[in-house]
Amino acid sequence: MLLALLSEEPKYGLQLREEFEAGTGEVWPLNVGQVYKTLARMERDGLAESDGTSQDGPQKRFRITRQGEAALAAWLRTPPDLTSPPRDELVMKVLVAARVPGTDAHEVIQVHRVYLLELMQQWTRLKEGEARDDLGLALVVDAELFRLDAVIRWLDAADVRIARAAAEPPRPARAAAPVPQLRRLGARR
Amino acid sequence: MSGPGAINVLELRGVSKTYGQEPDRVHALAGVDLSVRAGEMVAVMGPSGSGKSTLLTIAGSLEDPTSGEVLVCGMALAGMPRARKARLRRRVIGYVFQDFNLLPGLTAVENTALPLELDGVAVPKARAAGLAALTALGVAGKADRFPDQLSGGERQRVAIARAVVGDHRLLLADEPSGALDSVNAGEVMRLLHEACQRGVAAVVVTHDAQLAAWADRVVLLRDGRMTGQTTRPPGPESLLIPGEIR
Repeated sequence: MLLALLSEEPKYGLQLREEFEAGTGEVWPLNVGQVYKTLARMERDGLAESDGTSQDGPQKRFRITRQGEAALAAWLRTPPDLTSPPRDELVMKVLVAARVPGTDAHEVIQVHRVYLLELMQQWTRLKEGEARDDLGLALVVDAELFRLDAVIRWLDAADVRIARAAAEPPRPARAAAPVPQLRRLGARR
Repeated sequence: MSGPGAINVLELRGVSKTYGQEPDRVHALAGVDLSVRAGEMVAVMGPSGSGKSTLLTIAGSLEDPTSGEVLVCGMALAGMPRARKARLRRRVIGYVFQDFNLLPGLTAVENTALPLELDGVAVPKARAAGLAALTALGVAGKADRFPDQLSGGERQRVAIARAVVGDHRLLLADEPSGALDSVNAGEVMRLLHEACQRGVAAVVVTHDAQLAAWADRVVLLRDGRMTGQTTRPPGPESLLIPGEIR
C-alpha cells in the first residue's frame, strides 16, 4: 500500500500515513513508527529511495524505484493465502454449542446473528453517510459488510444443519472423510 | 422521529394466521406483536416459510388474521367494511414489488399518479402529486418516459415514488430489490430509508442481511414467531478509530 502511494509521486513519511488512513476510510489505524520502519526496509531492499538526506524522520522524502514498481505490480496480482481455514472463534462456539448437553444451539446462534446484524447496521449507517463521497471508505465498508453477511449465512446454514442432525438418527462415520484431508492441506505448508 | 410520543403507523397485536384444517393445519404466524412508528424502517428477515410474506399481506390488509388485531394509523382493520378497507389501502399504504410492476402503457408520472387517480383524485392534482414524488426521488426529468425507456435504477425510483405518493404513510416492500446486483439493491434500500426519513413508516421483507441492515430495526421470524430483533445500535462513529473521528 505504501508503494502504491509512492507510485503517485515522492512523499514524506507523515504524508504517507495520512494518505494511507484516508485511502482506507480511516478504518485501519497506522502508527507513524511503523511507516518509517517499513520505509527503511523498502529502502534497504531497493524498492524505494530517499532524497539523500542522511537523517531519518519527517524531513526525508521517498520515491519509488523501478524495482519497487515491479514489486508493486507483482504484489497486486499475487492472491493472499486463503488455502487453510482460519481458526474462527464463532465457529468454535457453534461447534461447542452443538455438543454441550442442555445447550440450545439455536438460541446461541440467534444471539450471534442479532449481534452481527447490529454491526452490519452500524457499517451501513457509515455507508449511508460518509462513505457516499469516499470511494476508499465505501470499498472497505462493502468488504466488511460482505464478510459479516457471509458469517450470518454460515450461521443460517449451521442452524439448519444442527436442527436436521437433531431430528435424524446419527449415521455411520463415513461423512468424516473431508476433515483429515483439510488437515493434510494445512500441514503441507 | 421515533421518540416515545411518535405515532404507530402499523401495529400488530398477537397476530396469528393458520391455513387449512387439522391435521394438516399450517401455522403461518403465531402471536406476532409488531409496532412500526412514523419515520421508522423495519426489516423482517427469516428463512423461507417463516411467515414473512404472510406478515406483509396481513399488514397491508390484503388478508385477515385468524386471530389478533391489526391497526393502521390507529384504525383497527377487524370489522372494517370492505370498501373502507380498500380506500385505506389506496390512501395510506404503498407497495413495492420485486419486479416493480410498473404499467408499460403509462408514463412514469402516470404510473406514479395512478393510485391517487384510482382513489378519485382529479387528474391534474394527482399528476402534481406524482411529479412531487418523482422529484423527491430525483427522477422528475423522466416523468414523461415510458417504463421501457427507463434504466433499471430509474424504474426502481419510479416504483418507490408510486409507493409513497400523496399521503401514503405506510410502505410495504417484499424483496424490493428483486434480482438487482448488490450495489443497485443497496440503492433501493437507501431510497426507502430516505423516504422513511421524510416520515413514512416501512416494513421491508428480505432474506438478505445486507439489505436488512439498512433498516432501523431488524425483526427475525422463524416458524411464524418473532424470535429476536436488533435493538437500536449505536451510531457508526463507534466503528471508527477513537480520537480520529473527523
